Amino acid sequence: MLIVEKNALSEEIESYVNKYGNDRSALLMILHEIQKKHRHISEFAQQEVARLLNIHPVEVYSVISFFAFLNDNPKGRNLVRVCQTISCDMKGKKQVVEAIERELGIKIGNTTKDNKFTVEYANCLGLCDMGPAMAINDRVYTNLTPEKAVELLAKVK
Amino acid sequence: MESIIFNPKEKKRTGPVIFSEYKRGDAIRKIITMSREDILFELKDSKLKGRGGAGFPTSTKWMLTAAAKSDHKFIVCNADEGEPGTFKDRVLLSEYPELVFDGMVIGGYTIGAQQGILYLRGEYEYLLKPLEDYLEDMRKDNLLGNNILGKEGFNFDISIVLGSGAYVCGEETALIESLEGHRGEPRNRPPYPINTGYLGRPTCVNNVETLSAITHIVMKGGSWFSKFGTDKSSGSKLFSVSGDCAKPGVYELPWGIKVSELLKIVEAKNTKAVQIGGASGYCIPKSQFERAIAYEDIPTGGSVMIFDESRDMLHVLKNFMEFFVDESCGQCTPCRIGNHKLLEGVEMIERGEYTFSYINKLKDLGRTMQVTSKCGLGQSSPNPFISILENFKDEIFNRSNGGRNGR
Repeated sequence: MLIVEKNALSEEIESYVNKYGNDRSALLMILHEIQKKHRHISEFAQQEVARLLNIHPVEVYSVISFFAFLNDNPKGRNLVRVCQTISCDMKGKKQVVEAIERELGIKIGNTTKDNKFTVEYANCLGLCDMGPAMAINDRVYTNLTPEKAVELLAKVK
Repeated sequence: MESIIFNPKEKKRTGPVIFSEYKRGDAIRKIITMSREDILFELKDSKLKGRGGAGFPTSTKWMLTAAAKSDHKFIVCNADEGEPGTFKDRVLLSEYPELVFDGMVIGGYTIGAQQGILYLRGEYEYLLKPLEDYLEDMRKDNLLGNNILGKEGFNFDISIVLGSGAYVCGEETALIESLEGHRGEPRNRPPYPINTGYLGRPTCVNNVETLSAITHIVMKGGSWFSKFGTDKSSGSKLFSVSGDCAKPGVYELPWGIKVSELLKIVEAKNTKAVQIGGASGYCIPKSQFERAIAYEDIPTGGSVMIFDESRDMLHVLKNFMEFFVDESCGQCTPCRIGNHKLLEGVEMIERGEYTFSYINKLKDLGRTMQVTSKCGLGQSSPNPFISILENFKDEIFNRSNGGRNGR
């Protein structure tokens, strides 16, 4: 990581701390902002958060490792999460996932070679009445068919 | 395909209580003329019970928090709706945010809290921006902020914290832990959040639907509310219906409705089983469809999942157990290891490599988990294991060895 990049990241994290406060209770929202922008929370980012909140870096790591939506390793540029819980399962989640796997040439849980997509399962997205459902980044799509799911992926840049 | 549109103007839903007419701010305008005691009495009259699933009397919770001595109190709205098959809070927050937020302001006034926190599950991130805009509008109308609607000393504001995909954070002490910036692991109780909650202060944690009901109770009175439903289950309930039926969605129905009546309303055909209360609830076979959904008989947080004749119940059970293995926080042993063992048992049945004596031991393990787990997750995760194996034993144990029938 270049020094300028480090400085930029530090500045960015400082702005989040200014927004949410330098108390530990601000941690979850700060981590969210970093995750949203960088798609992961790097070791350096964790150390900066810890420094600014005056806690040990391992405390920050322990929170990241607990939550499903926070990760310390970079994922693909777009995160696709397919709901695997029973209502979506009954409406044809399996066929949707298989179509995505064939189209992208990867198994679920992996990232494409060009780093464009990471595809994973998610637990109940709360869209059970409109299954099968999936989320691409922070947008959700419902009543999927295998064909529709693949079309949606094709539209993603 | 994109069905989540935040548009509070376009309302088509109707219902006796929650989905009845309400205009933003009306309840707040009313409470500033009332005393805190009056509101608590109305709440007591209503006999409202917590809508998250546990069914704790809301008036008791509010009275205890109101009585707790502290200069800082909090009211938290639990919108970490993670139970499989539940999506009523999504509907309330996207279509009726005024009910939820006004309910929080009422709570702030009644228990003496200055700050409200909406804990929104990470899966509903798309609601964050519209809800924050909505709060900004409320501030402009002085429904939030200092000296609300000119009432001297009535200061209250709401912030939103986004969860990050952890089912266990729906448990109130785990929710508080994660709000404080820790891992979302449940705490030992007592002490209860009503006196030692967020940042060690008295904290009242209520479900989205509970707060929405309170807004209507304030407007129309506790005795009006308790006219609906049954003796021990007053009011109405939002049901999140999914699975094999023609009309899935959110329904507002009175407590005490029979399972068979509900199935008729949602136009379910050839129904074999109904899972009531989400993954941690109970699976009801056809022979029990005349039972009533109410605290007296089958209590629920509102999730109703319908399975027709074509479904493989062992596959359903496996899906539930995989969910619990995934979502157990791993803090206490019965839940961390127990759920793994139950899932292994299901897989053994699937492969046809089980003995009845071992399955019975696993049922015993399930009952042990129900009494020894630290929080509601491990206490209720054996429910589907025990109820599905009991109620569908003919189907499950008569399957051909090693083969998966149906889907």
